[in-house]
Parts: sequence; C-alpha cells; structure tokens
Amino acid sequence: MKQEDPTAYTKAPGDRLTHAAGKQLAIYALAAVALLVAVMFVLNALAGLTSSAAGMSSMAVDVENNTITSYLREEPPQMDSMRASDAVSAIVMYHVMEGLLRFDADGELVGGVAERWEQDGTNVTFWLRDNARWSNGEPVTAHDFEFAWKHLLSPSVGSQYAFILYPILNAEKANNGEVSTDEVGVEAIDDFTLQVTLETPIAYFDQMVGYVTYLPVNEEFYHQTAGRYGADADQMIYNGPFMMTSWVHGASMQLVKNPYYWDADRIKLDGINFAHMTSDSNTLLNLFKDGQIAIADLTAEMLDEAMLRNWSLNQFMEGTVFYTEFNHRPERLTSNYNLRKALSLVHDSSELVNRVIKLPGYLPGESLFPNWIQGVEGPFREEYPVPNSPPDVELAREHLALALEELGLEELPPLVFLSSETPVARIQAEYYQEVFRRDLGIELLIDAQIFRQRLQKMTDGEFDLVGAGWGPDYNDPLTFADLFASWNLNNRGRYSNPALDAQVRIAQTSLDRKERLDAFGEIQRILLEDVVIMPDYERGYVYVTDPQVRGIVRHVFGSETDFTHAWIEPGE
Amino acid sequence: MWWYTCKRLLQGLVTVWFIATATFIGMHNVPGDPLSGERATNAAIRANLEARYGLDRPVTEQYFIYMGNMLRGDFGISYTQQNREVNDIIREHFPVSATLGILAVMFAALGGILWGALTALYRNRLPDYIIMFLVILGISVPSFVFAALGQLGLVNLNSLTGVSILPVAGWGTVSHMLLPAMVLGLGTMAYMTRLMRSSMLEVMSSDYIRTARAKGLSPTRIFTRHQLRNAVLPVITVLGPAIAAITTGGFVVELVFAIPGLGRYFVQAVQQLDYTVIMGTTVFYGAFLVFMVILVDLVYGWIDPRVRLQ
Amino acid sequence: MENNPIIRRLRPADFETLTGRSSAPALVRPSRSYWQDAWGRLKANKRAIVSLFIIIGLLVFTFIGPLVWRVNPSLQDIDQISIAPGADRRAVIVEPFVAWDGISGITSSEDADLWLAEAPTTQSVRLKWRTVPGAEGYRIYRNIYEPQDEFSLGLPLITINNANLNYYEDRLDLSPQTYYYSVAEINDLGQLTGDYETVSADVQRVITVHEASQRNLVDDPSTLRPGDDVLLSWHPLGTDYLGRDMLARLMAGARVSLFIGLLAPLFFVAFGVLYGATSGFVGGRVDAMMMRFADFVVALPFLLFMILFQVVFGIGPGESGILPMLVALIILSWPATARLVRGQILQIREEAYVSAARLLGASSQYLILRHMIPNTLGVILVTLTFAVPAAIFTEAFLSFIGMGVAPPTASWGSMCNEGLKTMLTHPHELIFPAVMISITVLAFNLLGDGLRDALDAKMRSTE
Repeated sequence: MKQEDPTAYTKAPGDRLTHAAGKQLAIYALAAVALLVAVMFVLNALAGLTSSAAGMSSMAVDVENNTITSYLREEPPQMDSMRASDAVSAIVMYHVMEGLLRFDADGELVGGVAERWEQDGTNVTFWLRDNARWSNGEPVTAHDFEFAWKHLLSPSVGSQYAFILYPILNAEKANNGEVSTDEVGVEAIDDFTLQVTLETPIAYFDQMVGYVTYLPVNEEFYHQTAGRYGADADQMIYNGPFMMTSWVHGASMQLVKNPYYWDADRIKLDGINFAHMTSDSNTLLNLFKDGQIAIADLTAEMLDEAMLRNWSLNQFMEGTVFYTEFNHRPERLTSNYNLRKALSLVHDSSELVNRVIKLPGYLPGESLFPNWIQGVEGPFREEYPVPNSPPDVELAREHLALALEELGLEELPPLVFLSSETPVARIQAEYYQEVFRRDLGIELLIDAQIFRQRLQKMTDGEFDLVGAGWGPDYNDPLTFADLFASWNLNNRGRYSNPALDAQVRIAQTSLDRKERLDAFGEIQRILLEDVVIMPDYERGYVYVTDPQVRGIVRHVFGSETDFTHAWIEPGE
Repeated sequence: MWWYTCKRLLQGLVTVWFIATATFIGMHNVPGDPLSGERATNAAIRANLEARYGLDRPVTEQYFIYMGNMLRGDFGISYTQQNREVNDIIREHFPVSATLGILAVMFAALGGILWGALTALYRNRLPDYIIMFLVILGISVPSFVFAALGQLGLVNLNSLTGVSILPVAGWGTVSHMLLPAMVLGLGTMAYMTRLMRSSMLEVMSSDYIRTARAKGLSPTRIFTRHQLRNAVLPVITVLGPAIAAITTGGFVVELVFAIPGLGRYFVQAVQQLDYTVIMGTTVFYGAFLVFMVILVDLVYGWIDPRVRLQ
Repeated sequence: MENNPIIRRLRPADFETLTGRSSAPALVRPSRSYWQDAWGRLKANKRAIVSLFIIIGLLVFTFIGPLVWRVNPSLQDIDQISIAPGADRRAVIVEPFVAWDGISGITSSEDADLWLAEAPTTQSVRLKWRTVPGAEGYRIYRNIYEPQDEFSLGLPLITINNANLNYYEDRLDLSPQTYYYSVAEINDLGQLTGDYETVSADVQRVITVHEASQRNLVDDPSTLRPGDDVLLSWHPLGTDYLGRDMLARLMAGARVSLFIGLLAPLFFVAFGVLYGATSGFVGGRVDAMMMRFADFVVALPFLLFMILFQVVFGIGPGESGILPMLVALIILSWPATARLVRGQILQIREEAYVSAARLLGASSQYLILRHMIPNTLGVILVTLTFAVPAAIFTEAFLSFIGMGVAPPTASWGSMCNEGLKTMLTHPHELIFPAVMISITVLAFNLLGDGLRDALDAKMRSTE
C-alpha cells in the first residue's frame, strides 16, 4: 500500500459520500422522469375529456375538409338568444341562428327567415319563407318568433335585453308584470305570417329586428331543455347557416354547415372551429404565426413584424364610440359650463389617438355620432359636420377663470376621473391627468375601478368625469341620440336639457327621414356646444387574415366577424 | 389512526363552513351590483333579475338559503353565464386546473428535491453555482413574463424547425400541457430547490449522520435512509399549500395559454362580482385546500415517525 | 502502585519547582456572544457582504436617487414616447400644428401621381395625389418597408369613399424614420383594384416653440425660430409608453415595490414564525385549533378581501392603495410560514438538547426563543428571501389583472406588465424593471444565505 497524502486522506470519506449520493440521486432522477412520463400518459387520457381540439382540425385552414379555425375573445356566457347581451355570444349566434332579417356581405339588412316585410304605421307584417328549417327538420314558423318574444318579456325570465322589444305594443307593460304577455302585440296569423303591432309608429323597427334578441326559439324544444336552453351544444336547435356540434366550455366551439338551412348553397365553408377562447393579443398573434388561427387582431407593437412578414392587413371600424362624460348633477363642479368648456378646450382627441393610444384603426372622436353613420344621402358627418375646434389653451384659461368666479372658488379642488381598468382606459386617464395639470393646473384624481364597482359609482354619480363608451344596438342614429335624454338611465351624468329632450322625441316619433336627421344634427350641436361630453375616439381594429381564406367580412352590425360569406382559396 | 383521520375530516368541515361564512359576508360588503350591466337596466328588468337570484330577500335569509343549498351540494346559477350551474362550472373546469396543477407540482417537487439535494451535496462548487443562478432567475421573473417568453420561444422554434413541436396554446393533450405546467411550476421549483438545499445542509451536519457514518453504513444507505428522507420533510410540508396555490393561482398561465381552467373563472367572478361563482369556487377551493392539508399531515406522520398523530 | 520499583525509589529531592510560567500560549478564543460571532462570520462571507452593499445601493437608489435625478416620474414627454436609451434627441422647431385643409403646400406635381405636399415631420405627413377617373375611392397604406405588391402595402390608415378627394394627412404615431405611403384605388365593393402609387417619406423629428418652452428645453424660448435645432430632454434609460422618464419611474416604482416587497414578508413571516412556533411547541388541542385557523385564513380569496380592505380603508380616488394591499398580504399570507415553522418545531421538540434543556428547568419562552427558532432559522430565512419576490409579484399580478396600484403610481411589477406589451418593439421597457427585480431578489437571496450560515446555531459547529 502506497503512502497516502494526509490531506487526501481527510477528504476522501466526504467525497466518497458525495459521489455515492450523487449517483443515487441520478438514479432517483431517472425514476422521477419515468414517473413523470407515466403520469403524463394518464393525464393525456384524462385531458381528452376536456379537449379543445377533438373532432375538427385545429389548423388555421384545412383545405381537405374545407374548414377553418378561429378564436373567440372569451367564453360566450350563453347561447340563449333571449338572455344574451354580449358581443361574443352574438358572433356565434349570427352563425348558427337566423332571424327574420339578416345582414348580407355588405352589412345591408336583407330577408332572412322572412321573405318580405312591410310596415304600415304601427303594423309590421313579416311573411316567412316556407322552406326555413330547424336543425331537427321541423319548419321555422311564425309561432317560434311569437313564443321567443313573448317568453323573454315575461318577468320570470329576467332578460337583460328585454328593453329592445319595448317598441312593440304592451311589451314594456308585460315586462313590468302589468299585463299578461298574451297582450303583447305579436301574433302569428298563420305558420308563415307574423303580425307585429307597435306602440307608436317608428322608422327603425326593421333595424331592431336584426338584433340577437329577436331570434326565434322553438317552443317545444325549449321546454324539453328544462331551463338549460343554450347552455350546451345539445341544449339548442339551430336554424342558421351552421350548427354547433360541440362546445367545450372555456375552450372551444365547433360549428359545421347546417344541411337544413334553407339557403345552404350560399354557404361555402363546411365548418368553423373556434378552437381558442382568449383575449390575450400576444397569444393570438402567436397562434396566427403558428398557423393555428385564420384571423388575428393586431396591436401597434405588432405592426412592424406584420410589415416585415409582408402580411396583408385590413382595417375595420367596430362601431363603438368612446367619450368622456361629465357629471351634470348640480352639486358637482362639472355642472359648471365654463369649467367643462375649459377642459374641452385643452382636450385634443387627435393627439390622444395619434400619439398616446397609437392603436391602428382608431379614429379621433369628434362627435357622439360615429363616422360610419349614414345621413339622408351620404355620411351623416358630412351632412352635419362638426365645427372644427382646435385646442386653445389661452381661451381655456379664460373659461377656467370665469368658472372659478362663478363657483366662488380661489382654486379648483381636484377632479375625480372614473376609469375602467383596461390598458387603453388607463393610458387615457394618465394622459388627461397630465394635460389638465399642464395646461390648466387642474389636478385630476384617477379612480380606476373594475367592472361592477365602476358601474356602481357611475350609477351613484361618484365622479366628475367618467370614461364611457357606447356600442350601437341597431342601425339608426337614435341608438346614440337618446343617450343623453333626461329619462335615459344610461345618462349617468344626469344631463338634463329640455331642448335636447324635444329633439329626441322628434327623432323617436317622426317617420320623415330628413326631419329625423335634422333632429340628430341638432342633438349633435347641443352636445358639443353645451360640452355634455368630450368625444375621445372611435374604436377600430387592424387585423390580418390567412391568405387562403377569402371573404371574411367584419361589420358594425350583425356578427362582428362573419365567416358565413367566407371561402377557402387553396394557395401554393 | 382512523379516529384521528375522522376527527381531522370533521374539523375540516367546520373550517370550510367558516370559510363559506367569511366569504359570504365579505362578498356582500364589496360595493357593486352583480346584476348591473354596461347597459343600464330599468327598474322592472332589475326586479325580475333580483327575484330570479333571490336578491330581493334580506341578506341573512339569503345566507341561510345559501347554506341550506350548499349542504345539498347546490351552488346555484352563475350570474354571468345565466343558464349554467356553478356545479357544472366547477365540474368541467376544476379537472383542467387540477391536471395542470398536479403536473406543475410534480415538476416543481421532483425538480426541487433533485436540484436541492444536488446543490447541497456540491455546496460551493460549480453545480451549486449554476443551479442557484437558475433558481434566482426562476424566482425573479414574474410568471406572466415567463409565460409570454416561453410562448414566443415556442413559436419561433416551431417556425424555425418547420414542424409543430408543441402547440402554442390551447388544451387537450399532454403536448398542450408541457409548457404551461413548466411555467406554472417554475417558481415553486425554485422555492423547493432552495428549501431542499437548506434543509439538506442542516441534515448533513447533524449528529445522526455522523453516527451513521461512524458506524460504517454504506454512503448510499446514509444518503437515502437518513439524509434524503429527513431533508425532504420541509418540502413535503409546503407541498400541500403549494398544490392548492398552484391549482388556484394558475390564472395567468391559463389566460396566456388559453386553457379552460377554473382559475380564469374565479378571477373573472371576483371582477364581475358573480356572487354564486365566487362562493362556489371559494368553498370548493377551501375544501380542496383543507383536505390537501389533512392528506399532507397524514403523509407527514407516515414519513416521520417522530411526529405522532395525536 | 507500591509495587512499581521506580515510584518506590522516588524521593522529594527528585522534584523541582518550576520557576516562572509556561511559555506555551493559552488556547482560548476571546469569548464572543452569539451575535458577535454571527457578525464575524457574516463579514467573512464575501457574497453576503456584496449583497449587503447592493441592498444599501438599492435603498440609496430609492431614497437618495430622486433627490439627485430630479425628474417628475409622471411627467409625460409626448415627443419622446417609448424612446430607447441613447436615442437621437435632435429636433427641429416648426410652427404650431394646424389641421390641413388639403389646399396649401405643393398642389401639383409634373411627374408623379402621388407626392408629399410638405416636408414630412413627426407632426404630420401630408399626402396629395392625382385623382383617378373611374375609381370609387382610395385606401391609404403606410409601410416601413418598400411594398412589393398590392398585398404588402402595409398598415391601412384610412379608406376614403370619395373619388374626388385627393389629399390625406397622417399623424398616427410618426417617428423619425422612412415610411412608404401608398394610395390604392378601390372599387365600389371596397376591394383593391390592384392599382396603387407609392411615395417614400423621410420623417424629421420636430417640435413647436410652445412645446419647447413647456419642457424647458432652452433658456429663452422667444429666440427660437422655425428651422432651429434643439435637443429634447435627456432620458438616460429611455422613456415608457407615455414618454415618462424610465429612470425616474424606476426610482418611484422602487418605493412601492420595496415597500410591499420588504414590509409584507417581514411582518407576515415574523407573525407566521411566532404563530407556528407557539402552535408546534404547545401542541395538543391548542395546536389543532391554531392550525385549523391557519387553514381557514389561507383559503380566503385574496382578491375579494383586497377589494374589501380597500373599502374598509376608505381608499379614495387618486390614492395608490398600497396600504390595503400590504394589509391584505400580511393578513392572508402568514399561514404558509406558520405551517412550515410548526413542522420544524415538531421535529426539534423531540431532539435531545431540548429535552435536556427542559430537564434543566428552562421555561417555554426560553425554549422557543433560544432553541427552537434559532434552529429553524435556515428554513425561515429561505421563506423570507422567497417572500420578497412573491410579494413583489403579487403586486405585479394585481397590475396584470387591472387591480394594482392606482395610476399614475409606478411599481416595478406594473412596469413589467406594461413592458410586456411592447416587449418586441421596445424591450427596454420590460428589461429595466425586470433587472431591478432580479437584482433585488438576488441581493436578498445571497444575504439570506449569508445570514443563514452566520446565524444558524448548527453551522457554528461545522465551520
């Protein structure tokens, strides 16, 4: 035996121990990996039960099966047309259901289940086509509409969008429980004739009929579902271009072409797979890049990459107008006209949109009435232009001085800006904070609140300014125009002006197009002159589509993204 | 043992009842109206909705009705998904979160024990430094950054290789779970590595190891029977809460990877003030957590004979 | 012994008294207290000392930094949005912006169908084109690369459904670089006919006299004339999505993040340790009750109670809401530590030295403070060092879901969250806050390690 180095001797047992332990550890690691793999196989079987990809191809475009894959921003809360009140449900609903009227590829209202319709004063008659079928083969009849409309008006249903049926005779009373729903002015004269009686003659009823709430429901089937109508794919029947074959909640929805649809020849796609439900724009872009979805909205940060990749980009105005609403309650400082005027004179929506929000597709807000609204002949905003009022800090300070004098204040206390918690709303609030401080020395306190808390504060009037937005319910300027009528509950700032109310009444009741549009023009003038609101922006999107998919249309009304006109053009 | 288990389960039920009560009280004191919508509802529609959800009764009465229903296993109907029962929501989405959570915790625990033991064995040597650097990285970057970076990396990898190695988002197969589970487990893995390292170091310097060494036990036996088994105890202690935390805290990962887990429903429910979903998920998670803790305690007693189950 | 011949033969004369003292040194260390000892070992640990200096540096950055770098963290420099560090700062003075009527500028061009009516600036780019007979309208595109065909025209800016309109003014997010503008013809269905014209525009950064004086860029704004060069304000670490100075925001954000990240763990770990130690030490029925209470607390929904605390604290608009967040964190986060410590105590309770101390009549308090807690210190310190990033991330997570600190208050977490959105185009907005968090976490981890080694009672015997 060789003479051992004494230091090596003292180190040896520890090292040996480490070595042995290390080896043992490696064995354990291998066992752990084996265990993980085994567990993953078990999980694989389990996960199949909640899969988002089962059944249909999850590639963006499947040329062979003639299907495409897309996404939904969130899980549709429900597919019960009588209760639905959100945009995502509406997108799916417009694909699987068809109302009396539908929107064509240009966004124009055309006959759906109804072959033709006629309005005579308070009487509206719809003649239904006799070849419209439910997905169980039964014909779609006038009774299906009568049932749906009357049922959703009954108080026990608690439909949030029941108000959109209020133009119908006795609809509001029935919803209040004052009269029975039998007295509502809807009657199926025979299987294919639906007679509607209105409270007062209005010019825009057909536009309202295009809305989701007016969709038909098959009474017999509805009662079979025992309160779960529209909760799952097999809990409803369809009369639209597509029908839903699977709905994995929170994960996916799969639609296939409906063979019973009366105009099935028109539909070129055999299926749509809404394979993802997420609103995370980065995820959606990644899915698009990976060839998993056929369409994706882009944010400003993604544009450079999109241009680098030579993507063909499209833009569309989503329809919603965003504005800053003042609190007009008399106890609030913002009820003072000069203060509002001062704030509006430093408010620059062009700078907000072009340099701060920077989202492509957005337009600077100039009026409550968005750009796309039609006037008598051309666009409304060309016929009733908004006076050009560039920001003017000097004039704003004069108005502020006047306001302080009227209010009897030395210095203006901080104003409260109620804002939602979305990124755009936050940026906007922070920008205003800086602008008002810089130009007028007014301190703005931002009150960023999550959804229900913000609504509560809006209802209670706990704000001076609030960031608000309004998306149209039907294609008539009135959907915006009556917002600031003194009786409108959505008028959260409690603005009250008899002159404006009078114009709203005219717009509501008149049947003359010119007279109505003049009223809207007058409403626009009052809103701007009295500084009821400060228009911020109109929301739009820039999006990219898979080059093989053609004919995807996006409109303000009907389905926000409409695949019913789309087809696949196999590329190279 | 049986008696102890029964007793613990009984206590667990009482704890769950406390959780339910506290959440109920807390929830009803948060300002906001669960029935409000972006469109203002008129008095009649509101009254109809209130009647539908029983909100027209006094709060105490609502409490007793709710507790009664809960005992019968009925959590009511969601406020946002108006024809879906909370039971359905939990039944359909909890397995997703649990699957993801279990996988993530397995990653975290196995990785943590392995790396932790390794760093302790090779203390102040290269493997120790490398692993500890990664651990620091693992804990100093928020999970939403990891999720986004991981996904981005995957997309680039897929487009670089031309084949879809792993799906970018979605749910359905193990390949969908791998990346999210790793991202989800990363923080916990780092934590467990540190915990394991620290407790391993303590064990290595303790008397019984010296005794074991002195009496000539084989190094392998010392390592498995004495060091690892004792050092792993603190890791197991945090395992229960970690499973619960990971399963309930997967919101970010679920959102980024578009996974239909219960975490998304819970966060949305709080933001939307969806009373029934808040109650349902909280009570469910509370029960889950309490029973996980009981399970861990039982396992603990089994591993460490010094801890007697009274 | 008597039988030993040598001893028997010894006489007193054989012994000699030693004179003086032994020259061998006494093998006794100076007596040091536990804390002196710990400090000594901490000082010897280089990494711990470095981390200590980093932490001091962080505190200086947080509290002294704003006194040195006196830039308002919420001041928005609209001209320099999302500027990377070290970007070009030159700008040219121009007249104030007036919306274009489409008449002024170069009204016609001999050789082109599309031209720039005026020199392109970051204020606006003014396009003018020759109308095409037969076209139903035009769609204006902008690209940062030269378009190859009608499908790669770039970003659609606007669709003009008026065949007679022949001008457009672009103001969307212009930065000093080259753009390729295309005007494409559309038919009555709004589809491209395939005809388009492209013009390139080298955009120059400009600023008005008013803006220059607002930002104090020059001493005497009245001397500025259009065409003059000025240097925009300097942002050493660049700016964020609203043109706010990153350095100032990092300093301001440090206050929030360190406040949450240090105070919350300190309090809840301290409470958790006491709670867990008591529970584990006392044992029995009390232990069971205390642990059930911990289970109860840990199951409470954090988000809901944070909102609740905000209400209870009466957090009004404009207040950052850090305090309720801190309270919610402390009240709801301690049970994990408590469980961990209790587990350790249960182990230690059975150790021989504890029994010995007990036999010697040590009081419970002495046992807990002197034996139990020091022996669990390793685990506690690990928990503590991990609780720091966890608390910072809780705040970040709240920002992620829109429930974080109220704007415009900055925090590293919320900056990370904002930076994530612009990760690809402006990575500095994500990297800087992320690096700050990493440095903090690293420093506390190394210090935690050092402290553990220094304080751990068991470590004393091994080194």
